[in-house]
Amino acid sequence: MYLLKLIYKNAFRHRLRTGLTIFGITIAILAFGLLRTVVGAWYAGVNASSASRLITRNSISLVFSMPFSYLERIKRIEGVKGASYANWFGGIYISEKNFFPNFAIEPKSYLELYPEFVLPPEQKHDFVVDRKGSIAGRKLAERYGWKIGDIITLKGTIFPGTWQFVLRGIYSGAEPSTDESQFFFHWDYLNESLRKTIPRRADQIGVFIIGLKNAQNAAETALRVDAAFKNSLAETLTETEKAFQLSFVSMTEAIVVAIRIVSYIVIIIIMAVMANTMAMTARERIGEYAIFKAMGFRSVHIVEMILGESLFIAMAGCIVGILLTFPVARKFGEVMGQFFPIFIIDPATFYLDVFFCLLVGLVAAIFPAWRAVRIKIADGLRRIG
Amino acid sequence: MVTNPDQQIIVSINGVFKSYQRGSQLVPVLEDLSFDILEGEFLALMGPSGSGKSTLLNLIAGIDTIDKGSIIVGGQDIASLSDADLADWRSAHVGFIFQFYNLIPVLTAFENVELPLLLTRLSRRERREHVEAALELVGLADRMEHQPSQLSGGQQQRVAIARAIVADPTILVADEPTGDLDRFSAEEILGLMARLNQDFGKTIIMVTHDPRAAEKARIIRHLEKGVLTNVLT
Repeated sequence: MYLLKLIYKNAFRHRLRTGLTIFGITIAILAFGLLRTVVGAWYAGVNASSASRLITRNSISLVFSMPFSYLERIKRIEGVKGASYANWFGGIYISEKNFFPNFAIEPKSYLELYPEFVLPPEQKHDFVVDRKGSIAGRKLAERYGWKIGDIITLKGTIFPGTWQFVLRGIYSGAEPSTDESQFFFHWDYLNESLRKTIPRRADQIGVFIIGLKNAQNAAETALRVDAAFKNSLAETLTETEKAFQLSFVSMTEAIVVAIRIVSYIVIIIIMAVMANTMAMTARERIGEYAIFKAMGFRSVHIVEMILGESLFIAMAGCIVGILLTFPVARKFGEVMGQFFPIFIIDPATFYLDVFFCLLVGLVAAIFPAWRAVRIKIADGLRRIG
Repeated sequence: MVTNPDQQIIVSINGVFKSYQRGSQLVPVLEDLSFDILEGEFLALMGPSGSGKSTLLNLIAGIDTIDKGSIIVGGQDIASLSDADLADWRSAHVGFIFQFYNLIPVLTAFENVELPLLLTRLSRRERREHVEAALELVGLADRMEHQPSQLSGGQQQRVAIARAIVADPTILVADEPTGDLDRFSAEEILGLMARLNQDFGKTIIMVTHDPRAAEKARIIRHLEKGVLTNVLT
């Protein structure tokens, strides 16, 4: 108890220095938490992917399509429970800065395969029966203030023209990791227009989504699907939804790695700052440590004082940093929601925060404690006066 | 020198050598020093700077180690003790009074005096009683909750004396206890030390430059170049 009191009083002996050190640790923890959350957001699609779904695309590249006729053949393949399809539409809402993912889908089968998109039954019904109908994620609708019945106009980039959709539903995510910033409309609506305007692009599919009877058989089923279209005009590449999502992330892997490295560099920097603070503190108090030792306090007591103070300062910064991470991450998520639709702080981040702060406190105390323990009492006393 | 036959030898210094390494040179500080200090003695060690008096005090107090010889305090050869045992021994047997008081600035007078008792098995209540008695003795019962910065130099030194005596050590060692005080405060401190010696039988070993301070002691020993030159009683 006495030791704790002494640690507390010592920690605030130089209020400005301690305050600035705590502030530095707070900022470091905040930066570490945000950077890790950004990395997590990058992988949000991967983490949200289902093990019971496969994605089939053209084996050459995602930009090449596949014939619609593949659908019935896929449905007949062993291990396939159901199948749906989607085309990346790439439409622009008002201006290019208003980016959000938008897809042409077959509503009924698609929503069956994606139960995480939760729609009220009447909205689902309205969407399914209306060819010009569309649904938007809750966050997307909130961002633009959309209400049911609104006309949403997208300017086509891949599919030229101005496209109008009636918002028939707003879906919510079943899980916190479900992306609520997407927009879906009828593939039939797109296809009918294409038949009239660009017939050669009609009846083409970007990706098939396959629901598996048994997730354990994903690899065999994927092989069977690809084998079925071997030597066809559009050979396929079938992979798990996770692998499919990872292929997007891998394109930007270097950025993710850079962010990860920066997050750890922040910790190393603050470790140096903290070590400097503790070294200064111990140097100033070397005479006091000599007095304690003269009175009969052992080296272990001196180590406890220095280590305790170092850990106290580190953990004070850690706690403030963690507490600030919540509101700052929420605000960051709101501002960057367009790019990071899922911006959730991983609980592991807090464990790492605590671990690194303990490490910072420990490492920062090692040299000062070693010095204080080694100092001869008579030499330490000579430093006073 | 007149001694009381009932007095026991509390410190026995036998053939002590001590030198320091200064660069490549070995500088002798104490050479074949031998003398005894009796229980209840108030000894003043005098001598010019560099004569080895502070070194001798440090050796007796167990905060420095001898090169050769032996120092026996209260029957214990302190040169034979390990660092940890020496720390325990100091906490039980030595009370320190320094020139610059050396109080812990963030602690109150009470907490400063309580420090040596934290190494004992006394309960919180017992510690409080001891601290209050010690502060009462030095006349600072009304300044218990003051921090050192709120006390004058003389008061700080009195707190330091209370800290030195609170665990009832075998010997009190004082290194220039009045060196940083004005004459009035110095007189107060010396009076207090004399009282501790006379009324409570405390053995005090004091290093001083000040002849007026030394006058308060019962015995004055002069050191010159590491050798005892004369003794005044």
